[in-house]
Amino acid sequence: MDVNVESFKRVELMTVSGRVDGSTAPDLEAVFNGLFESGNHQIVVDLQGVDFMASAGLRALVSALRECKGNGGDVRLCNPSDRMDEVLKLAGLDSVFEVFDDCTAAVGSF
Amino acid sequence: MITERALTIPGRYDRVSDACQFVSEGAQLAGFDTDEIFRIELACDEACTNVIQHAYRGENRGDIRVSWQIKEREFVIVIRDKGQGFDPDSVPQPDIPEGPEDLEELKIGGLGLHFMRTLMDQVHFSSDQVEGNKLVMIKYRSESTVP
Repeated sequence: MDVNVESFKRVELMTVSGRVDGSTAPDLEAVFNGLFESGNHQIVVDLQGVDFMASAGLRALVSALRECKGNGGDVRLCNPSDRMDEVLKLAGLDSVFEVFDDCTAAVGSF
Repeated sequence: MITERALTIPGRYDRVSDACQFVSEGAQLAGFDTDEIFRIELACDEACTNVIQHAYRGENRGDIRVSWQIKEREFVIVIRDKGQGFDPDSVPQPDIPEGPEDLEELKIGGLGLHFMRTLMDQVHFSSDQVEGNKLVMIKYRSESTVP
């Protein structure tokens, strides 16, 4: 799994790629925690490059969403692949996260 | 054609993907398409992760033996471990949210089991003091997947 973060005026764009599972989800959590520690709670996660996400990865996303909402921010998702979309729906998380087809629209939504 | 194989991995999160790759190779031989192989791989990932988390209660506490078998109408995965007995009925059903207002109450534990039960056609757990824990997951082969 790889995670890159790009800073915009009001938003951090986190681009995640590869496999997010029990082995790599702690690394994803660590990147989120780094953003929280520097006061960033408006985050867009680009999921285009994620080819596999297990429940451990979903837990990391939900935990980040709680933290951001609790601080007046949000985590918004963009570009989910069909498989990622299926996993989100299977967990019912498509109704909890705002999901955008386009990352520019997601960044602009804040 | 190879119709059954087995692999033993140490109970570590970074080895779960090896077990999933091994199972997905079997699923490919059984004729499943890439979408179904993804679902089978996800169920396998959740099963092995559950073993490390709940049966062994941590990494490096025992091995996980994964085997698959291609039958005429079924693809059968068996996952064995020697950890603590596991009662699937003790795992609460995860809260599947219906809207953003459900975030506060959302408990995401049990999601792995929910995935396994939803993605596979049959899921059976059994536990034995000598043999350890055994999880059998079955995916039916449709007419199109049977060569």
